[in-house]
Amino acid sequence: MNTQKNIDIKSKYLKDFELFESKLNGQSKSYFHSLRKTAIEKFKTAEFPTLKDEEWKYTNVKPILQTDFTPAVNVEIEKVKSDEASKHLYGGFDFYKLVFVNGIFEEKLSDLNGIPEQVVVKNLSNLSNSDWEKLKSYIEKIDESDNAFNVLNKAFTVDGTVIVIPDNVILEKPVQVLYLTGSKTAEVLASPRNLIVAGKNSQVKIIVSYQPLANVKYFTNVVTEIFAGENAIIDFYKIQNEGEKAFHIDKIDIVQKGKSVVSNFSLSFGGALVRNDINVLLDDEYIENHLYGLYLATDSQHVDNHTFIDHAKPNCESNELYKGILDEKARGIFSGKILVRKDAQKTNAFQSNKSVLLSDSATVDAKPQLEIYADDVKCSHGATVGQLDMTAYFYILSRGIPADLAKSMLIRAFANDVIEPIKIEALKEQLNHQILQHLHSKDF
Amino acid sequence: MITIKNLHAKVEGKEILKGINLQVNAGEIHAIMGPNGSGKSTLANVLAGHEGYEVTEGEVIFEGKDLIDMPPEDRAREGLFLAFQYPVEIPGITNTVFLQTAINEIRKYRGLPELSAKEFLDLMREKAKVLNIDSSLISRSVNVGFSGGEKKKNEIFQLLMLDPKLAILDETDSGLDIDALKIVAKGINVFHNDNNAVIVVTHYQRLLDYIVPDFVHVLYNGKIIKSGDKNLALQLEKEGYDQLIKESTELESA
Repeated sequence: MNTQKNIDIKSKYLKDFELFESKLNGQSKSYFHSLRKTAIEKFKTAEFPTLKDEEWKYTNVKPILQTDFTPAVNVEIEKVKSDEASKHLYGGFDFYKLVFVNGIFEEKLSDLNGIPEQVVVKNLSNLSNSDWEKLKSYIEKIDESDNAFNVLNKAFTVDGTVIVIPDNVILEKPVQVLYLTGSKTAEVLASPRNLIVAGKNSQVKIIVSYQPLANVKYFTNVVTEIFAGENAIIDFYKIQNEGEKAFHIDKIDIVQKGKSVVSNFSLSFGGALVRNDINVLLDDEYIENHLYGLYLATDSQHVDNHTFIDHAKPNCESNELYKGILDEKARGIFSGKILVRKDAQKTNAFQSNKSVLLSDSATVDAKPQLEIYADDVKCSHGATVGQLDMTAYFYILSRGIPADLAKSMLIRAFANDVIEPIKIEALKEQLNHQILQHLHSKDF
Repeated sequence: MITIKNLHAKVEGKEILKGINLQVNAGEIHAIMGPNGSGKSTLANVLAGHEGYEVTEGEVIFEGKDLIDMPPEDRAREGLFLAFQYPVEIPGITNTVFLQTAINEIRKYRGLPELSAKEFLDLMREKAKVLNIDSSLISRSVNVGFSGGEKKKNEIFQLLMLDPKLAILDETDSGLDIDALKIVAKGINVFHNDNNAVIVVTHYQRLLDYIVPDFVHVLYNGKIIKSGDKNLALQLEKEGYDQLIKESTELESA
């Protein structure tokens, strides 16, 4: 029965693609569209994952395949006022602003004034021929997935965020990208695609948040590619705060060159069904990679985090910390694989996953995997599941602090080592507040 | 201040307190001593309302109110304070935020207006001075990265800030070097006046050189087996608990 459904959904998306192409006119011969065409060809033979796939065994994507989502290009454009957009932005610091509605760029809501010359901070559909030339060596190099969701993304991508920092440039102000999704007229599929390239010795901080335009059913299917050149420093903050009926499938591919430092934050608050994939390739020596993850879920939210770190070369360090707080009937998953190849001597790889369950019906699955082929390495992993610390709870109560606030403080304390490394102070404060808000409203 | 009558309490099904009777009046300092496992910390935790302990019999009246069914946060708001033997670390919550929240919750309960930011900061500076606490310590997360001594000092700092009616100090002296012990004792003496009371739970007489108790009680096997004045502590220091325990068990079996 499932197969039957999959075939239906496939022919549906193929038809959607025909409609999309028919609207393209002059653009149908563009370089970008040739990529889409390759993708839709792949899509024809690609399979949607099922519970039988080892990497998807905890997440049933059927609800996504059983919904007749309309690709955003075929949906009427939603009018969004700038004060509506501002409400969803993180404030208290300066930033370059890109706002997308259903995955399509909204120039009026965005602000890219003051971007230094040579630096590219643009939306994908606005790239010039020379921009494409700069990017050709990265496009198709980072994301090579043939997972049906990922090729579907590429086939229907019309827009997304492109950031190219040239060698030796430090972009002082962070870039904040806001993806607002949801439509009153259709169950929309947004397929944004982000590409970040940081040249040698460059530095950039990027905040990407996914939020609902309305509390309706929609599907964000996103792919992000990040390339860190030699000695580059990238801080990438992904904040998933989709609507409670939304589906969110996200894949981030990170490739790092020598001595680069990438800190990736994956903070999951919203969504009904969420899958966060992060793949990291440490493709040279003396690289540092930090993956910080936080997943807060309540009601019947399902949040699946998958990470894969490929230590391909010697002398690199990876440090991974994922924490989950699950309430009501929520389900959380952490699956983290670290591969240390034969050449990758002197690897330091640390992984830790901790979850707390606030209700008896909440569940969590943890699957840490270490695969080590080098002999001179330091690797460790650990996964724990528990409840809030009752001694600490009593301690806080014994100072006259009420029970709900005491629990919020404990949750805040639990999340601390994921939030503390955030370098943008104002963002850190707002996220702290968001953590408290997210669960505080519930009587747990 | 507090009247404890025939208090029995269990933890994980095991009876630890087997009939405690104690009366503490305003202006008094009581020391509760006893060997390990006698029930000293249990008594302190039961009085503060730890839910891991089940009171099976007896009553505790604090300032005219029955404590037994009162949640721990209300006991604190009524004016009871427990300095923990093992203070808890709370990453991400600064001492300032923690204390400001606590003080204002207590004031709200008592129908008092919240302290202004300035009033609060002034109070904090004044109390920190008593204990020689560095201001950088106050802006840090509660007890995180504190040494054992700093944690104990921080408990006394909280005591001074919250200014309760009854302070119960659970082995606040354990693990302190002599300099830290003197500072902690100074804090307790600054706190203590005719309108409040202190119960010092301790294993050793050492702290009592600096905080002079009006009464000393010896707890053994869940009961107070002897009460006396400060000289009892000195006697225990010299002779140990063995003789007392022997006398009390002989008395019981007789």
